[in-house]
Amino acid sequence: MLRTQEYFLNFGPQHPSTHGVFQIILTLDGERIVKAEPVCGYLHRGIEKLAESRTYTQVIPYTDRMDYLAAMLQNLGYVQAVEKLMGIEVPERAEYLRIISGELSRLASHLLATGVYALDIGAFTGFLICFRERERVMDLLEELTGSRMTLSYARIGGVADDAPEGWLDKVKQLMDAMPDYIAEYNGLITGNEIFQARTKFVGQLKPETAINYSLSGPVLRASGVNYDLRKVRPYGIYDRFDFEVPLGENGDCFDRFYCRVREMQQSVRIIQQAIEQIKEVGGPVQAKVPKVLKPPKGDVYHEIESAKGIIGYYVVSDGSNKPYRVHVRRPSFINLGYLDEMLRGYLIADVVAILGSIDIVLGEVDC
Amino acid sequence: MEDKVTALVEELRGKFPFIEVNEQKTVIVPVDKLLEFMQELKDNYALDFLTNLTAVDYPEENKFEVVYNINSIVKGYSLMVKTSVSREKPELPSVFPIWGGANWQERKVYDLMGIVFTGHPNLKRILLDPNFEGHPLRKDFQWEGGRE
Amino acid sequence: MLENLFVGVADWLRSLLGGLGTPVEINEAIVMLVKLVAILVFILLNAAWLVYMERKVAAYMQARIGPNRVGPKGLLQPFADVGKLICKEIVIPRKADIVVFLLAPVLIFVPTVMVFAVIPFGKNMAAIDMNIGVFYLLAITSLSTLFLWMGGWASNSKYSLIGSMRVVAQMVSYELPLVLGLLGVIMIVGSLRMSDIIAAQEHVWFIFTQPIAFLIYFTAAVAETNRCPFDLVEGESEIISGPYTEYAGMAFAMFFMAEYANIMVICAMATIMFLGGWHAPFGLDFIPSWIWFFLKMYALIFIVMQLRWTYPRIRVDQLMGFGWKVLVPLALANIFITGVGMKIYQAIGW
Repeated sequence: MLRTQEYFLNFGPQHPSTHGVFQIILTLDGERIVKAEPVCGYLHRGIEKLAESRTYTQVIPYTDRMDYLAAMLQNLGYVQAVEKLMGIEVPERAEYLRIISGELSRLASHLLATGVYALDIGAFTGFLICFRERERVMDLLEELTGSRMTLSYARIGGVADDAPEGWLDKVKQLMDAMPDYIAEYNGLITGNEIFQARTKFVGQLKPETAINYSLSGPVLRASGVNYDLRKVRPYGIYDRFDFEVPLGENGDCFDRFYCRVREMQQSVRIIQQAIEQIKEVGGPVQAKVPKVLKPPKGDVYHEIESAKGIIGYYVVSDGSNKPYRVHVRRPSFINLGYLDEMLRGYLIADVVAILGSIDIVLGEVDC
Repeated sequence: MEDKVTALVEELRGKFPFIEVNEQKTVIVPVDKLLEFMQELKDNYALDFLTNLTAVDYPEENKFEVVYNINSIVKGYSLMVKTSVSREKPELPSVFPIWGGANWQERKVYDLMGIVFTGHPNLKRILLDPNFEGHPLRKDFQWEGGRE
Repeated sequence: MLENLFVGVADWLRSLLGGLGTPVEINEAIVMLVKLVAILVFILLNAAWLVYMERKVAAYMQARIGPNRVGPKGLLQPFADVGKLICKEIVIPRKADIVVFLLAPVLIFVPTVMVFAVIPFGKNMAAIDMNIGVFYLLAITSLSTLFLWMGGWASNSKYSLIGSMRVVAQMVSYELPLVLGLLGVIMIVGSLRMSDIIAAQEHVWFIFTQPIAFLIYFTAAVAETNRCPFDLVEGESEIISGPYTEYAGMAFAMFFMAEYANIMVICAMATIMFLGGWHAPFGLDFIPSWIWFFLKMYALIFIVMQLRWTYPRIRVDQLMGFGWKVLVPLALANIFITGVGMKIYQAIGW
């Protein structure tokens, strides 16, 4: 009778494919996973606590440091929550600039997710090819906000500044070229036989499970659940744009990956429409708000669709100039909650494939 | 969307006499009726997506307020439910059996706020070190030392 | 003149030594020694060049430029790297089996160097032309499994252990299709001597008569050298670096260089067995035979590099399935067809 012994493997916190300082304690039988215990918190900075001793405006840069790959969407969720609390109307031009910069952020995040996923599967070239375009998106964001990753572009009541001269044309240029680039990624990564063999029917998620475990973003939509807050409860001015919500069928790693690729196409469409529409919209980019923000006593919960999933801000005000409590519903954190069950029974190589397909960013998981 | 939530809240008010509803359509439930009420929400009102679970510390009123935000995938609306527990004995039933998504969120609230969720399968610290003392998001938390 | 450059050098050396009046045996021994040293230098230089080539190929495939600072066009980059690695401390894990741990990177080079002794780089340019050359080569190359495994085991790290277990599984599984693939050629030639095999390809290369055998051999050979898409052994996104995880400095560089030397071996072998060795195609005889050999070898190495920078990594169960369920039956079928074909040809009386 052949007997095997189970053993532990510390997958991380220093490991090339945990996307940061994240640890999974794997119990292995050979190469097969018996149990996986995710351990997070290595990057915990206590942003929620820090926010309690900052003014409302000073919290904005902290939100950048959560999902630093799509910083504009983090800003946007927070400022919209505070605006909802104070009842501030945002000027139309600012709304458009928020959409364009937000979707550019989403594009940057998805480009990275696509590239890094190729790297996780073992194709180094896909990673750098995706970085080529991400770099151009970053350049555009830098020109708009002065910063490549931690943008802090949104302000309560608008955005920091209007777009520089000629910036919109540059965005348009890149967006016109983007479909060809996405076709290139599909040729290099998506269509590859080995890539498909590695990702299809791996880490399958049933729609009921995904909903039950509060998973969101491409992870939820890959299971075939049509739930995109931009469509379901359009915030800002998302109801003015024509776009689709890409859905998967099998809820496997491949669907999650491919959902992101197709979401990039939709982001490009939204930006193109926004650039068309913003031409007729002039005026200020910042609403008239008091110098010292003192929202009325009360609380608000506002959530938007970030690159990784639903990001929600729960802000409580006690009437002073500092928030009484800020809580962030971080998509990466909650998407990881089902990791243990997802990994069981798969091989070590699949750990990387499944973890990569959830697309986490540790700044957000640990907050 | 607003109308749907109003209609939902009105219906709930009629059905459950123990709940309170404030002007922001937030439902406030006493803690001993929490599980029963939540199960009802999931089964009969299609509120199947626990999007957010958090807690706020109110030392002056000697209570923790636990906040649940629940979305409905099918119907599209969202409901905020609140309940409070005393600061002396912060204990309330876990909603993990109803929504699996409460798993890590309750662990996080336990970790940072020190609220015990009874019936949670794996309630231990998630972000902080297991040997850490205290719960930093409480308003009376004092940290001595810090970075040396 | 150029054709017989190396043969000429050997003859010149012999005549020079002959003038000294020492016994013939000693002269021959010295010539042999010079040949081996030359091969050793050649391997090391070539490995360095391959590192550079790989980085450049990768860079151009990835819309980058690659190394371009050290020396003209960055050509001296590998030497700068080696210099840096030599200066680095060789970190030994506390619980490692020190003797085995340090022995593995030294021994890893032994089979590779031994193999080069039988490879004919041009007309009359094999250091030794053995009558069981192919067999010798296959036997010696499979030894490297042992040394990789030694390194992984002695590191006393779980990642190394998983990596070295994968080495054994992979190398043993792919040894079989590799040998079976070559068998088709050997059946036709009827000899294991490399010069015979090359001579048999004077008119038609075996890649045209044995295309399936070539594909099987090449796939299995890429897997044997642990190159992408079969680089599970060191799959850095899964098990960091496999058996090399705990190695630092020159110890790591030895494994690294051995890998490139092994790529050279398999590509040289493919050239000999399937691409006509040093034979010039289309009667382009004015180019020396050894240049032809290297051209063919580097063309194959280039393909190996392209494979690495295009494909993702295969999974371990898929690797085993592919080896045992696809390559081995295909190779057996190829042998069968070759055998039947040969009998028919004999019956017709060619």
